[in-house]
Amino acid sequence: MTEDSGVQVASEPRPGRQGTVGRRFRRGLTGVLWALAGMLLTVLMWELVKLVGTIVSLPFTTSDQAMPHVWTMVQGFGQPEVRGSDTTVLQAVVSAAAYSLLVALGGFVIGVGVGLLLAIVMQRFAFMERGLLPFVIASQTVPLIALAPLITGIGNRISIGPIQWNTTYSVMFIAAYLAFFPMSVGALRGLQAPTATSLELMRSYAANPRQVLWKLRFPASLPYLVPAMKVSAAAAVVGTVVAEISTGVRGGIGRLIIEYARETTSQPAKVYVAVFGAIALGLVAAGLVTALDVYLTRNLPKESTA
Amino acid sequence: MSAAPTSTVAVQAAGVSKVFNEGLANEVTALQDIDLSVREGEFVSLIGPSGCGKSTLLRVIADLTHPTQGTIEVAGMPAAAAREQQRYGMAFQQAALFDWRTVRRNVELPLELQGWSKDRRQARAMELLEMVQLADFASHRPWELSGGMQQRVAIARSLAVDPPLLLMDEPFGALDEMTRERMQNELLRIREETGKSIIFVTHSIPEAVYLSDRVVVMSPRPGRITHVVPVDLGPRNEDTREADAFFDAVTAVREALRGHGGGTVRAKAGEV
Amino acid sequence: MGGRLRSVWPPLLIGFLFLAAWQLLVIVQDLKPYLLPAPSLIASNFFGDLGLMSSTAIYTGTTALLGLAFGTILGIVAALLAARFSIVNNIVTPLAAGLAAVPIIALTPILNNMFNITSRTPRVLVTVIIVFFPMFVNITRGLLQVQPVQLELMRSMNASPRTVLRILRIPNAVPFFFTGLKVAAPLAVIAALVAEYFGGPQEGLGSRIASSAANTAYGRAWAYVVASIILGLLFYLAVLAVERWTAPWVGHRRST
Repeated sequence: MTEDSGVQVASEPRPGRQGTVGRRFRRGLTGVLWALAGMLLTVLMWELVKLVGTIVSLPFTTSDQAMPHVWTMVQGFGQPEVRGSDTTVLQAVVSAAAYSLLVALGGFVIGVGVGLLLAIVMQRFAFMERGLLPFVIASQTVPLIALAPLITGIGNRISIGPIQWNTTYSVMFIAAYLAFFPMSVGALRGLQAPTATSLELMRSYAANPRQVLWKLRFPASLPYLVPAMKVSAAAAVVGTVVAEISTGVRGGIGRLIIEYARETTSQPAKVYVAVFGAIALGLVAAGLVTALDVYLTRNLPKESTA
Repeated sequence: MSAAPTSTVAVQAAGVSKVFNEGLANEVTALQDIDLSVREGEFVSLIGPSGCGKSTLLRVIADLTHPTQGTIEVAGMPAAAAREQQRYGMAFQQAALFDWRTVRRNVELPLELQGWSKDRRQARAMELLEMVQLADFASHRPWELSGGMQQRVAIARSLAVDPPLLLMDEPFGALDEMTRERMQNELLRIREETGKSIIFVTHSIPEAVYLSDRVVVMSPRPGRITHVVPVDLGPRNEDTREADAFFDAVTAVREALRGHGGGTVRAKAGEV
Repeated sequence: MGGRLRSVWPPLLIGFLFLAAWQLLVIVQDLKPYLLPAPSLIASNFFGDLGLMSSTAIYTGTTALLGLAFGTILGIVAALLAARFSIVNNIVTPLAAGLAAVPIIALTPILNNMFNITSRTPRVLVTVIIVFFPMFVNITRGLLQVQPVQLELMRSMNASPRTVLRILRIPNAVPFFFTGLKVAAPLAVIAALVAEYFGGPQEGLGSRIASSAANTAYGRAWAYVVASIILGLLFYLAVLAVERWTAPWVGHRRST
């Protein structure tokens, strides 16, 4: 950038501390509005496809069982979960999604913690970095989720001290496992982010490694930690739902989707409500991480993290 | 020097103003009432502190942005027509080379856009690379070149369509001092060989003085021309940088730059 | 040469120590295979039926490849539209951002109902959707995030928007395309594999891992996991190879 382009920059004012929040909020709001427009468009397309399906034959079935009307789905929210039951489908889905969210959160916290620890170890000892990093990177490219059905085997058969292992821990374990990798790679990159100049400065102060870690490396790594955390959170949610599906653990949204999918002949809308629940679960998790992001990066210039 | 006045005018700006964010709270008057005329074959530098609008003035001349008021003529036609007919070449502080093209194909780019045949544009690109002494690097990628070499490629590219006018926006701003002086000599040599008119934006007083026939001094808020310092040092060579006349001209420009701040002005303001 | 050796032996050593410790743990603690089968048991299952392993991996790999191909094409088309018409960008980009954390794989049962569950189609489709978003987001970014000075240069050379797209934006998007593909290729394998957990044909890795585990053939189940890991690595390495070959300038310092 030419320094003199200050005049051009004037057409887009440099965000000050106050203007930034408002601008970010406004941009977020427009994003949400456009996303709503996109959803409306999807609904219209859905009904259009159903309409076309009644006239010409499409390569897939558009029957009310496979593709219920949008209003049928909406009604599905209020239907009783099973005939004569007091709980509605919506209530069942919300409680299942909340349960999955808790499991995912547990996995996320464990995964992020272990990921951070490993990053600190790899940063501190070059040999560990050279030895472990190839595996960490390779692990991101392989379908670890394939292990999910095998973890179920562990369920209920072991106990660690006073804690009786149950299959929910297996699900959390998978979520943590998936959340751990993006975190460790992002955190390592972040811890290595300080420039040689900053490190020399710390050395000139005769700072010990722990001081360098807390005063320099950790704060400097924030712009890397936050995106890594977003990826980790997404991985924890996807891991939780998929693990629930493949292990068949009760209580969560994954199992509910499988169960409801079997009931499409009697109540076609149910599975859709469950899928919406899974989507809402992902959005809530993303929202939580965004809130964390806003808190952690409150003192940083915003252009880079936008 | 080829500063001999000719009847034709390379660039004529009359009453040019540029206001960003007009009517908004963050309104900025980048240029106010600029009158400037550059003779054919003349070398004019624009100098001033950050925000004085010198880059904006260059962009208005290049028709990269439109003036809020006033008119610009380049080679006797409106700025837009001059851009469409490629009557100028442009170089920026960043070389802005395309990483995915070889050095030669970067120089060919403007010719490609003009629809030249492959043989013709290859020949022309090689001719230009020889002029900037980079013929040996024709098939290298830009990232294999040093900053000074990249900038020479960018200059070769700006000369590709053989325009009568070069617009240069701090092209040597990112180079170290030694490279910078070499590039200045090179630019003067190229100008000697081709007889181009050149408008050159810079932050550096010695650079402006060494290169130019006239130094246009600008001041910010609002951006306007405060002084025009004519420089008559004859043909330049390394001794010029040590000559008393050179230091006198540097002092004149420096005082013109201080002028708007309230200091004494002893600079001889030339006519615009 | 020495440098190369130095970068290769730490992971080899750590990998070997890890396997040895695993084997030792199983023997000393007398762990049952349902908890953790020994590496030797997994290896004997893997190499004992290499033909079945590869045909199973090829089934899932084909699903992943089809999904990756169609999802990538769709991503390219949508990104070109988004770069041209801001309304497409406005609608799809926030959707893509929101869906990043959503388990899209949960759509599989719906697609299973709409399409023939006994065919590969619903699995390919869910893979297409999962591949689409990272491809779209990255390619769009590459088309739009060109250096302002390069845009000014193009304008100074009187280039039309179409020329700018061809000469500047598309080449600029190539590294971004590969960044997206490096994310999408392993995702495609994961999607193809997990989609099998929702029922349908039983020929793929996901189905066979689940059924082997259900039949308490844990050594075999883990052998299929090894096959999935190899499949995922193959997809990733293939992307790296294509990138080296088609875009040798990627990963180098940008010229200023």
